[in-house]
Amino acid sequence: MDLKSYFIILIGTVLVNNIVLVKILGLCPFMGVSKKLEASIGMAAATAFVLTIGSMTSWIIDHYLLQTYQLEYLRTLSFIVVIASVVQLTQMVMEKSFPILYQMLGIFLPLITSNCAVLGIPLLNAQTDNGFIESALFGLGGAAGFSIVLILFASIRERLEAADVPMPFKGSAIAMITAALMSLAFMGFAGLDKF
Amino acid sequence: MLIALYIMLGLALVLGAVLGYAALKFKVEGDPLIARIDAILPQTQCGQCGYPGCKPYATAIANGEADINQCPPGGDEGVHALADLLGVEYKPLNEEHGETKPKMVAFIEEDICIGCTLCIQACPVDAIVGAAKHMHTIVASECTGCELCIAPCPVDCITMNPIVETPENWKWKYPTIPIKPAIHL
Repeated sequence: MDLKSYFIILIGTVLVNNIVLVKILGLCPFMGVSKKLEASIGMAAATAFVLTIGSMTSWIIDHYLLQTYQLEYLRTLSFIVVIASVVQLTQMVMEKSFPILYQMLGIFLPLITSNCAVLGIPLLNAQTDNGFIESALFGLGGAAGFSIVLILFASIRERLEAADVPMPFKGSAIAMITAALMSLAFMGFAGLDKF
Repeated sequence: MLIALYIMLGLALVLGAVLGYAALKFKVEGDPLIARIDAILPQTQCGQCGYPGCKPYATAIANGEADINQCPPGGDEGVHALADLLGVEYKPLNEEHGETKPKMVAFIEEDICIGCTLCIQACPVDAIVGAAKHMHTIVASECTGCELCIAPCPVDCITMNPIVETPENWKWKYPTIPIKPAIHL
């Protein structure tokens, strides 16, 4: 593996196989925490941290414990345990260091545990037999993709608040349509056949 | 099979230890002074001090925005305790905020009650049960005697009764020996 292939993995996960808009994982925070740009930036940072650390620790556990003892069937269970602990850790650190952000994220912070993107990336890693650095990059790329899309979406929704949306489309409906259009746009990256 | 159990157990132990360590390391402490002041206040939530409840008043005292003598239900003893805690001079209770009364509980005359729910909305401790157009009644063990429910009642069916002494709530009255005043010669 050289530098170029790492770059390809990163771009591939951020844009071409974007976790939210192409793989359709992690839609709960994508819809839930995208009303305010400030909160979505915090959520993106927290999820990115959990995703990266989670995919690295999951790889270590998968490689050194589960595969050594042929216990691959424990993957989902043990990954959930690891991710839940990382989320708890993030929550404690955040409560101490950024109390305002902590209050703003509220219930969505512990709900990162049940964010399927956070479980999905370690499982995809395990299925494709990625190495440690590849897994970490895959996690980082997924996290960056999630962050970019969440922040973009939140900015669009903030502008939509002021837009003259027809009555039946107000609120969640127009948000769904916006998400679908963004998803269409990201599908366009599939044309980058190098990845 | 057993190895799977051991691995999950080991995983749980290691992660638990990490989280336990982090919980100590990243502990968030609330302001201990506010909690100690709040512990002295009588928790009637009556608002006679001018703040919406005991905790906001405690916060105001801790920030130096409020005086210690604004709590009539706490009485003279309360002011003394606050003065001791904060290391300030004792002041007599501020008359503007009301006077100390013996402990009371509210009582609803159930024949008169029209079920308007106004007193339920006024009660700061949720000690009134009832529903719209149904008779209300007071949970005496929860009532703090704050009198906030009396004013909103349109039919004046709420009265304040002093707490009757029963074997359950009777307290030993310690004999107090008055100190003889010094004789001025």
